[in-house]
Amino acid sequence: MHGQDAHATAQPVAAEKGSSLGRDAWYRLKKNHLAMASLWFFIAVVILCFFLPLAPGIPDPNVTHPDLQSMPAFSSATSMEGAEVYYLLGSDHLGRDIFSRMLYGGRVSLAVGFLATIVSLTIGVVYGATSGFVGGRTDAVMMRIVDILYALPFMIIVIILTTYFGNQLWLLFVCIGAVEWLTMSRIVRGQVQSLKGQEFVDAARSLGLSNWHIIRRHLIPNTVGPVIIYTTLTVPAVMRLEAILSFLGLGVQPPDASWGSLIKEGADRMASDPSLLVYPAIVFGMTLFSLNFLGDGLRDALDPKSSKD
Amino acid sequence: METLRYVVSRFVQSLFALLCIITITFFLARLAPGGPFLDEKAVPEHLIEQMKRNYGFDKPLPVQYGLYLGRLVRGDLGPSLGNKGFTVNEVIAEGFPVSFMLGISGLVIALLVGVPVGVFAAANRNTAVDYSLMAFTMLGICLPTFVIAPLLGEILGLKLGWFDVALWENSSAWVLGALTLGLYYSAYIARLTRGSMLDVLSQDFIRTARAKGVPPGKVLFKHAFRGGITPVVAYLGPALAGLIGGSFVVETVFGLPGLGQHFIKAATNRDYWLINGTVTVFAVLILVMNFLVDILQGWLDPRTRSNK
Amino acid sequence: MPRPFPQPTREGYLPDLTLFSLRGFLIVALLFSVSSCRDESKVDIATREKILLLGNGGEPKALDPHIVSSVGDANILRSTFEGLVTYHPENDMLHEPGVAERWEANADFSEWRFFLRKNAKWSNGDPVTAHDFVYSFHRILHPKMAAPYASMLYFLKNGEAFNKGEIDDFARVGVKAVNDFELLCTLDRPAPYFPDVVKHTTWLPVHRGNIEKFGAMTDSYTEWQKPGNQISNGAFMLTDWRINAQIKVRRNPHYWDAANVKPNGINFYPIDNNFTEEKAFRNGLIHYTYTTPENLIEDYKKMENTPLRIETYNGSYFYRCNVTQAPTDNADFRRALAYSVNQEVIVKYVTRGGQQPAYAFTPPSEDGYHPPDVIHYDPDKALEYLEKAGYASGADVPEFTIILNTSEAHKSVAVAIQDMWKKTLGIKNVKIENQEWKVFQQTVLDINYDVARAGWIGDYVDPTTFLGMWVTGDSNNNTGWSNPDYDRLLRESSLLSDPAQRYAKLAEAESILLDQVPVLPLYWYTRVYLLHPDVKNWNPLLLDNHPYKHIDLQSSKTVKEGAQ
Repeated sequence: MHGQDAHATAQPVAAEKGSSLGRDAWYRLKKNHLAMASLWFFIAVVILCFFLPLAPGIPDPNVTHPDLQSMPAFSSATSMEGAEVYYLLGSDHLGRDIFSRMLYGGRVSLAVGFLATIVSLTIGVVYGATSGFVGGRTDAVMMRIVDILYALPFMIIVIILTTYFGNQLWLLFVCIGAVEWLTMSRIVRGQVQSLKGQEFVDAARSLGLSNWHIIRRHLIPNTVGPVIIYTTLTVPAVMRLEAILSFLGLGVQPPDASWGSLIKEGADRMASDPSLLVYPAIVFGMTLFSLNFLGDGLRDALDPKSSKD
Repeated sequence: METLRYVVSRFVQSLFALLCIITITFFLARLAPGGPFLDEKAVPEHLIEQMKRNYGFDKPLPVQYGLYLGRLVRGDLGPSLGNKGFTVNEVIAEGFPVSFMLGISGLVIALLVGVPVGVFAAANRNTAVDYSLMAFTMLGICLPTFVIAPLLGEILGLKLGWFDVALWENSSAWVLGALTLGLYYSAYIARLTRGSMLDVLSQDFIRTARAKGVPPGKVLFKHAFRGGITPVVAYLGPALAGLIGGSFVVETVFGLPGLGQHFIKAATNRDYWLINGTVTVFAVLILVMNFLVDILQGWLDPRTRSNK
Repeated sequence: MPRPFPQPTREGYLPDLTLFSLRGFLIVALLFSVSSCRDESKVDIATREKILLLGNGGEPKALDPHIVSSVGDANILRSTFEGLVTYHPENDMLHEPGVAERWEANADFSEWRFFLRKNAKWSNGDPVTAHDFVYSFHRILHPKMAAPYASMLYFLKNGEAFNKGEIDDFARVGVKAVNDFELLCTLDRPAPYFPDVVKHTTWLPVHRGNIEKFGAMTDSYTEWQKPGNQISNGAFMLTDWRINAQIKVRRNPHYWDAANVKPNGINFYPIDNNFTEEKAFRNGLIHYTYTTPENLIEDYKKMENTPLRIETYNGSYFYRCNVTQAPTDNADFRRALAYSVNQEVIVKYVTRGGQQPAYAFTPPSEDGYHPPDVIHYDPDKALEYLEKAGYASGADVPEFTIILNTSEAHKSVAVAIQDMWKKTLGIKNVKIENQEWKVFQQTVLDINYDVARAGWIGDYVDPTTFLGMWVTGDSNNNTGWSNPDYDRLLRESSLLSDPAQRYAKLAEAESILLDQVPVLPLYWYTRVYLLHPDVKNWNPLLLDNHPYKHIDLQSSKTVKEGAQ
């Protein structure tokens, strides 16, 4: 008996594999089924929007058949010019295929959402963290600058910029990103200010770490919670702002579409043609839902306070 | 004494910021192409020149700027070019109470709905309650105001007949406007609250309180709430200003004569003085709101008090 | 006994309030539905009190007849002021006496005498005299007033010169008060249609004492326009003006025909958004909408006893072409563009408002001018012109852009036309660009575009208000097009006094316009609006300038409930 025990306990304990924050986070994320489902869904949407239109059989989203307006889903018809068309999700007020417009529109919206959010995230987080951490007069000046920028008339600025640079899509990213970073910086600043007083900051300082190092490696990761949450709020805000801008005549130009402009066209025609609103709104909503759950999952996964057990 | 110094210093900073805003807007507005005198039916050249002379737009820009500042100091925001017969002061005075009422009602709804939803969701994390509440808030975030507003109008106004669908005088349409704004902002507030409550709830002092046997309600509202509410308070500053500054979409969909419409219309009409006037009012709002919010934040969470 | 601790991450801290709040919500909902059953809608109350509730488009820029230029403003002024001649309730070609009870012209229609009635009064009791009109014309023509529409009065001899500052003395301008009740107008050209012209807002009188109490004659910013200050001579007086909310006018007791004024008052609602307006109509908040969203037109058409009205309107929707730069500088290319647009399809499927495809530029009028019948959809002809223009196929056409100001309606039309050019002519490189309103106007003014969307509403029923724009250098031309024959024909027609001869010459000029197509005519406007059955005597009018005093309100609820 003793021998068996000795044999059992003689097995070496496997050395724990060292792992980084990133790997821990990925592992935790994988266990969150909802977040993983959302991730796959989001990837599926991106792939569909960017690659499905390359397949044959997807109609041109800008071809009009004015006599075939408001056809229901899964319908086929022949236009007065003799063209045979099949509408997967029906047609809009000019006879264009809704499904195909949603695919092409997705490209624009996803690109705008992604890029503008990155712009606003980068600027907002760095600016807010620095301001909150440094405090004092620098903080006051930086926040007043944010106040000033926030109060300026956005519409006029966009009008001027589009007059000088033309109606380019990249200008859209810049304008939107330039607006969204302001609120992000305030939130980050608030977080950093409350973290500033905590012991680990003092500990870091007493170790002789530079301010910049502290901001980068200790404070910013700790603001990850609200930042991720606010980012999942920013992406829809960006897509919505894009819709409003196209409503004012800027951004995506007709006949091209984005999810925002499709939703706007649908909202206008809500009383007579609800499907113009419902389909794009559902896709838009589900994409944002998935981003949201993914964000939640990321937040949980990246939370340094979560213990390994 | 220190608070007084802080207040005074903020006041001075805000004045300076206000001056910057007014100046930048003044020159920006005049940079936009077109002008207040262009119309669909062409106006002969010599008349446009005369109009410019009548309003002093023929003088060099720095001179116009100086004259404008002189007017501002006396509280005269100038005549409105798009609403002739009214001064900018009158236009803003007519629109502000409407926007204010809409904004405050919207804020009350947003807080009354958003904070509890966020707290409940955080308290019941990862349960069906949490998921369904968050799904509900996602609706508020995904659907832009220009979708929610007409939807509410059709359903609550026309189909159910609970409220009037439009207009201001003698009409209950403003409730729909407040609802739209409130629901929209409540979604943001709910998500922010949930997120930060989750952060706070996972901290050590909460564990200590629970271990001590503090009842769950008290843990939630007395201990966790203060810290959890910080990001919401930070968000409130711009949110309040936006609410009171008025929402163009809500006002247009429900036909409410608030300030929000003027922001867009003034820009569209190139009504220089009204642009400046509305931006100034909005700027004052933001500066005041941010100041109040910073104070509130400092009181709620003493760790955030800004000191060297 | 201490409550056992639930696992914090799995169960709730607080009792489940969901069921409680759901019950609460249902109770509140029930209360609401009970309390809001309204017996009488706003419209019913207004009908009873004989107040017309009208949707009026956007907020007026002003209520001073000498500053305004848009239709919405003019609608309000038509209720508060009255000119020499006013609008007939049933036929826009007829002239109803206003302040003037009769008028006569000299042999060649270049001199007109107006005989004012003796009992016309201002809202403060003062009599309306010929001197009021002289003062008013002086004011609007005064250079310092900078009245944007002063050019409407260039009919008067020396009017243009006075307005441009070339002459100083107003006495030299062709209007004189022969005595208190006789006004003599001397024109710079024969104008048999002059009574039509003086119906326009710009010819309305203002009260001298009223204006000068609040400032100088030429100050355009004074308080005189405000309710309580304003003295007017029309059937109604201004009683309330709240920006973006409402404008109210009520019965003017001093009006000479007050006994025959049917409504007690009018509330104008400046509702910008046409969907909001339609919802307000459905909700029983207004009697009349200014316009109708085009996606609801079909549904309204199908209704029994529909409130939808579709009426011909004196206006033209077209595209301007920049004839000073390629590719639109080539007349054959422009012809190709014009003949490849299927106007029927646009009118039937895109705008859906019963508009008429435009075979010319000037809309035809029944008893008056008939424009030449030229522009029709003809894809084969279009392709021929494309070849003549030097393009082997549409793919060779260089990139050009249609610009428009932001609007769903304009966008739909442009997208349809862009696709038509693609399909019929094979043009691949035509783009559409939205421009913000003022940027758009500036671009057109600077002639800095390829093709630009445009619309034009005639001020009075005469073809010159449409054809005059295309004269070389006219401030509304903005295409760079200049044709000496066209100019000459227009000049010659202005010297003719016989209507038939005039029309013939104008038709000749229009043929040139339609041959050279610096503009692509698309369709002629209709007014598409919703009218509550309570409103009576609201007749279709070409200019849509309804004289409100004839409009009656009678409840239509006795027979049937309103169409729900």
